[in-house]
Amino acid sequence: MQVSITVNGRQRTDEVEPRLLLAHYLRDTCGLTATNIGCDSTSCGACTVLVDGLSVKSCTVLAASTDGGQVTTLEGLAGPDGELHPMQAAFRAEHGLQCGFCTPGMVMAAIGVLADNPDPTDREVREGLEGNLCRCTGYHNIVRAVRAAAQAGPAAGQVPQAQEVVQ
Amino acid sequence: MIPSPFEYVKVRSVDEALAALAEHGEDAKLLAGGHSLLPIMKLRLAIPTVLIDIGGIPGLSYVRVDGEQVAIGAGTRHYVLERDEVARTEVPLLPHVAGRVGDPQVRHRGTLGGTVAHSDPASDLPTALLALGGTVVLQGPQGRREVPVTEFWTGFFETAMSPEEMVVELRVPRTGSIGWGYEKFTRRENDWPIVAAAAVDGRVALANMAGMVVRATATEEALARGASIAEAAELADQGTSPGADMHADADYRRHLARLLTRRALEKAAGA
Repeated sequence: MQVSITVNGRQRTDEVEPRLLLAHYLRDTCGLTATNIGCDSTSCGACTVLVDGLSVKSCTVLAASTDGGQVTTLEGLAGPDGELHPMQAAFRAEHGLQCGFCTPGMVMAAIGVLADNPDPTDREVREGLEGNLCRCTGYHNIVRAVRAAAQAGPAAGQVPQAQEVVQ
Repeated sequence: MIPSPFEYVKVRSVDEALAALAEHGEDAKLLAGGHSLLPIMKLRLAIPTVLIDIGGIPGLSYVRVDGEQVAIGAGTRHYVLERDEVARTEVPLLPHVAGRVGDPQVRHRGTLGGTVAHSDPASDLPTALLALGGTVVLQGPQGRREVPVTEFWTGFFETAMSPEEMVVELRVPRTGSIGWGYEKFTRRENDWPIVAAAAVDGRVALANMAGMVVRATATEEALARGASIAEAAELADQGTSPGADMHADADYRRHLARLLTRRALEKAAGA
């Protein structure tokens, strides 16, 4: 079947099997491999992307169901000149990652947290990221990064508009 | 993990969904949020040959007051119900429990109708609905019918719904300022309950204490007789048949049912 999905601001049309999961569509069809597949069972959150502005676990969504929608992955965050998104910059500045495997999903989920609540407390950040597992950091620096991003301004809870995105 | 191949049908109305169900029969499954169905399809525990995607049907997401009841569209996603002002005022147990389902990503996808139709004995929202009372509104080839929640969940992943019907609405009594409580025991915050108890207006429902969500009838009868919360809660596991797994054996589940029932009743009583 044919799907037409706007990925990181660019509309594309692809022939896919109905059973193709969004995570595999992004990685294998679009070549966007920042989205990691960790547990493959909706638990770990490594595959988190935004669909129509909401964080979802792309291992548990069909590409077919996303037909006509907007998907943002980690690759869609940096500006045209390579300038990091405020959330990415905060994760780097606050050492919110070690091995980095959970980071793409963590950053996308964190943007979703701030989109919903622009100035969360530590506890609200932890509750907002309850669907994302990190085996390295112990979460402290991740929480610090999300709070620092919130302090940096409202852009931390937003994704770039389509025309600004460079792939 | 990749599901078995299937034919995918996207429908734009309830009538289209019912026509597709009639055409494809028991080989077809309705896909709403997909967060229960797709995982079991990836494990090949379910192998439907046709998926009918009802996620894009307009007009199935709403919460509105209708007389003494609140009517909620089956397509209402958990994160919408969690934040809905009408629900928070009229039936606050439900949005609270919607916010305890899974994690934000799951709540962005899952729908009330989906979790009701799936009939997992460990689901949060059916437990709350069973405590509230009310009805499940089904639509099928013969039109609409309402099934009381006490008769809807009939067993492990089984309901009173026929394969040609779909859930279109949930109707619950307006509870307003009546006290309520929901107590859920999990190993991790975003897990399914090992056991959960919902209490509102003298009624108590339990998750994961049988093949489906069940009412703690002995507790309810004791409360009606004027027993104290502590006495009534001691009866919460009567008539249940909890299973055992890596998380808890049956005796421990019985203990949890009594404990969580007491806590939920105390919360409902404002204690």
